Amino acid sequence: MEPSLNPLIRPKHNQLDTLASKARSLADPDNRDNMVSSIYKTSRAIVGDVVQYTDRQQRQHSERLDRILTSKIWGYPIMLAMLATVFWLTIAGANVPSSMLAETFAWLEGYITLAFQAVHAPDWLHGLLVLGLYRGISWVVSVMLPPMAIFFPVFALLENFGYLPRVAFNMDRLFKRSGGHGKQSLTMAMGFGCNAAAIMSTRIIESPRERMLAILTNNFVPCNGRWPTLIVLSSLFMAAGVASGLQTFVTAAVVLGIVLFGIVVTLTVSWVLSKTALRGVPTHYTLELPPYRRPKFWNTVIRATLDKSLFVLKRAVIIAAPAGVITWILANLFVGDMSILEHIVAFLDPFARALGLDGYILMAFILGLPANEIVLPILLMGYLSTGAMTEVEDMAALKQIFLDHGWTWLTALNMMLFSLLHYPCGTTLFNIYKETKSPKWTFLAFAIPTGIAIGVTFTVAQVVRGLGWV
Amino acid sequence: MMRHCCENGASCHHKNPSDQKGKTTRFRVALAGNPNTGKSTLFNALTGLRQHTGNWPGKTVLRAEGTYSFKDVTYTVIDLPGTYSLYSNSADEEVARDYIVFEQPDVTVVVLDATSLERNLNLALQVLEMSERVVVCLNLMDEANRKGIRIDDRKLSSKLGVPVVKTAARDGKGLTELKETVEGVARGHIQTRPFRIRYSDEMEEKIKTIEADIRTIFGNDLPSRWIALRLLDGDPSLTEALKKRIGKEESTDGAIAQPPYPAEA
Amino acid sequence: MTTVIPLSEAVPGQTLRIRRLELNGTMRRRLLDLGFVPGAEVYVLQKSPLGDPVAFRVSHTTIALRKEESSKIFGELPGGEG
Repeated sequence: MEPSLNPLIRPKHNQLDTLASKARSLADPDNRDNMVSSIYKTSRAIVGDVVQYTDRQQRQHSERLDRILTSKIWGYPIMLAMLATVFWLTIAGANVPSSMLAETFAWLEGYITLAFQAVHAPDWLHGLLVLGLYRGISWVVSVMLPPMAIFFPVFALLENFGYLPRVAFNMDRLFKRSGGHGKQSLTMAMGFGCNAAAIMSTRIIESPRERMLAILTNNFVPCNGRWPTLIVLSSLFMAAGVASGLQTFVTAAVVLGIVLFGIVVTLTVSWVLSKTALRGVPTHYTLELPPYRRPKFWNTVIRATLDKSLFVLKRAVIIAAPAGVITWILANLFVGDMSILEHIVAFLDPFARALGLDGYILMAFILGLPANEIVLPILLMGYLSTGAMTEVEDMAALKQIFLDHGWTWLTALNMMLFSLLHYPCGTTLFNIYKETKSPKWTFLAFAIPTGIAIGVTFTVAQVVRGLGWV
Repeated sequence: MMRHCCENGASCHHKNPSDQKGKTTRFRVALAGNPNTGKSTLFNALTGLRQHTGNWPGKTVLRAEGTYSFKDVTYTVIDLPGTYSLYSNSADEEVARDYIVFEQPDVTVVVLDATSLERNLNLALQVLEMSERVVVCLNLMDEANRKGIRIDDRKLSSKLGVPVVKTAARDGKGLTELKETVEGVARGHIQTRPFRIRYSDEMEEKIKTIEADIRTIFGNDLPSRWIALRLLDGDPSLTEALKKRIGKEESTDGAIAQPPYPAEA
Repeated sequence: MTTVIPLSEAVPGQTLRIRRLELNGTMRRRLLDLGFVPGAEVYVLQKSPLGDPVAFRVSHTTIALRKEESSKIFGELPGGEG
């Protein structure tokens, strides 16, 4: 700073105030229009001078594609078909690598156990580290990694192609009706991957009211941690009667149905909230539809795998590891003749039955608060009461475990519904608190979904039982 | 386009880090641009995996920062939020504006979508009013070529008074040239004479009346013409930002140059 | 002869030259930044499947607007034909 330019007689603040009021006296609403049109005139003149358009046909490529992808007739069917294809690819593609990973982990476990025996490690240490920690991690990795490694890249390809803004364009009317913003559908798309990340992505919605709607309802989009639950249960119980060639197809259709139900709930909750706690007029809306671009296939795939899959996986492992340990401890500490885990189950059972679930399922959801991906492993562990999470080699064996515990298709359906609708995971809640800085809204983000999950499963259970369908 | 005026950048700008330190020299490069211009792709292509994200202080706007090194010099790249303008219509725009004007990066690269230059150029023209050290990056050139759009970059460069580099960040094309150019501008080897829009006579008159006062307060540290324009547009967030800036200045300079004065009523 | 109508009443395929924006504040600024400036040509591309919003081509980009906004942007149809 050159001090000579700083006349020290008057503090600069006063000078600035004088300046500001001087400027205000010159300010005129037309100034802005004047400036912007001067800028535009200049840009246009420069562009006219330096740019030549030689081929007008090519430029209309995106518009022609839009005429189909966002058309009155084809807009929605294509959207659904794309979603279904992504699910189908994920489900069909993940099976084989999932079981290969599981086998590898099991094979490794044998050697780790041998190593423990070789150094005469105490049983409790082996139980804690191998049966608790190691199995917890290997479940999460083998169940989650393959679907993520397919889903994220496929989704990233759609994203880089430029399709997602079209989804926002197609869906905006629905969101406007329910008081939200078209961009809410983009944050929901993120939610398919990870709700916690999607909460961050709501930043693209500038109006605080609509952003809050997007935050509070994002959980109704099933994230990667919940997919395994949805996929496994729908393939075991919903697609069971179908010819084997069609099973993947039916599974994908059921998952799609669950997702659509989640969207209906999202719109309904948004609508109710915007009529009550978040009243207000829909704010202004502009949405750019960028031209379609052919994505760089490998770039996109590698980037998505590195950035998203590994990131989400890392988080899951960090959370699943201690959860595995805690579950192992609960199942192995005895009070009286029952483990602590069994005490919890007995306590929860009556309430869970009313929801069409059972005590084990509810306990798995409660212990699964840190990460949704550990819900299914904890449930199985509870059922088998071996004190450690099981390895599941075979789908038929898995179904038998469920059937032995009195499962019907209603149990499966309600567990899927509860998984779809219940409270967000710990990380997501933490992010909601970070983004809203409000204990009240964070609590609501917990309470609203939980209330809906209980209400819906209770109603479904009562209706189905009342009608004598099970 | 390259005018090697002076051997060391010191004479050109007070903010430039000295060349003498060799390896420890660091330049800060800000990327500005409209949304959907491939700005993030360019950011990724430049910095690879050496990047991290966080929040801009006090704002829920994502701040991505990364580094690359070029000829033994480390460049810190700040990926400003993608915006259509810098008139502080939103938190994003405020963040981008404040960074360019107050943090004064060594180089601001304006990333433009070569396929819709007209609208993109608006942002470039705004940045040229805010900073001297600007490089214009015509990105998505591959797509522009495919669409039969021909851009005379030399002519554009001479009109804008700053270097123009064509890139296709997705294919990694033009990156070396961009880095060269950024280096040249950062070191002051490339002289720029940014194009300034001429507004209507009435506006120019108004600008003149307050620009002198702005110079008295801020000297040559801040772009006075740009501040005049923003004040005439009645931008309240800028007045706030300016006050904060003075506060900071006086608390650091104050110990040496200024007597303490009573806080404002 | 020219007819001035709000953008919301134009149909896909029509081109309008913008006359004025009857909006204020942030939205006006936003629209100006996007290229909806007086004198600019706007081509109506198409409606979304449920009829609203509508996509417009302005300064070589595609921007979707809801009826709330497009009804406050007025432009003239060249020659007054539909």
